[in-house]
Amino acid sequence: MTDATTNNITQAAAGEARFGDYILLLKPRVMSLVVFTALVGLVIAPGPIDPMIGFTAILFIALGAGASGALNMWYDADIDQVMARTARRPVPAGRVAPTEALSLGLWLSAISVAMLGLATNLMAAALLAFTIFFYAVVYTIWLKRATPQNIVIGGAAGAFPPMIGWVAATGAISIEAVLLFGLIFMWTPPHFWALALFMKSDYHRAKVPMLTVTHGRAETRRQILIYTILLVPVALGLAITPVAGPAYLTAALILNAIFLHGAWQIWRRDEATAEADGYAVEKRVFRFSLTYLFLHFGALLADAALRALGLWG
Amino acid sequence: MPITETHELHQRRFGRNLGVALCLVGFIVVVFGLTIAKIREGASMEAFDHQPRVSVTPPVEESR
Repeated sequence: MTDATTNNITQAAAGEARFGDYILLLKPRVMSLVVFTALVGLVIAPGPIDPMIGFTAILFIALGAGASGALNMWYDADIDQVMARTARRPVPAGRVAPTEALSLGLWLSAISVAMLGLATNLMAAALLAFTIFFYAVVYTIWLKRATPQNIVIGGAAGAFPPMIGWVAATGAISIEAVLLFGLIFMWTPPHFWALALFMKSDYHRAKVPMLTVTHGRAETRRQILIYTILLVPVALGLAITPVAGPAYLTAALILNAIFLHGAWQIWRRDEATAEADGYAVEKRVFRFSLTYLFLHFGALLADAALRALGLWG
Repeated sequence: MPITETHELHQRRFGRNLGVALCLVGFIVVVFGLTIAKIREGASMEAFDHQPRVSVTPPVEESR
């Protein structure tokens, strides 16, 4: 091989992605949450569903979420480049061309919606299509850079998967599906704003209008408390529906009390106190919020298992 | 002259091709499994094929 050939190969290699880079475009960590919540929605829904059809439904709901992630990375490459947390993503790092991310997102969107429709029903497919549109267009392109309520709006996209799982199994939207949606929708703002309180410089540098930047940190603390207070009736409301049982009721009572206490502590603190202890409370509440959501959905699964074993309901 | 020396780029391309191949095989398996599941479930597999036949024509009322 001549020096010139080696040089050419090295230049070509710089722009060539690994297969793993395309997987990263689909935001696998977000997908894992989507798989879990959609699975719970599908499993707790009344009526039997063939395991293969259920598996296919979850697979393509997850793929649809991945597709919207790729579209998000295509559009947000400029701000991803500025933020330390996202600078190494495949598009800002130059490993995947923006047009590749766009076409991957569009193709996977079409495949996932079509396959979900064929596997389950048209309403589930329509909901998945709407979710992808909502996340990629309404949130990413339209509102993320325009309003500090971006987190609230973006939360809706993340809240759809359990509802889609439910609709895939039943073919209809019911109060339980709406409450599953509401649980994630109301949980998202306190979860992300707690993160924004201790990851301040990143969003500020990217000029994304986070609430901490536009309305100040004291207001963000107040909004965390307000949304947590609004979250409690949604979480407890789910406890009185037929899909919930003793496990969910117990979990909801304990978890909401702890979350509410955490949000109260965040609200009462000022910046000087938070800086002094390295945002210990904010970090603790953020970590707990992940456990909060996981255990709520886990408890619903536990109640479904109790019902299946004939121990409840 | 055949190229005997491989570059990291070739490994990268091989990995990408292998990944795409596995995805395609996976997709075929899923579609096959889904088809079996739908048949087992008793989903209607008949559609209009431009030939009237008993199963797709409306029932005829018996004359008295």
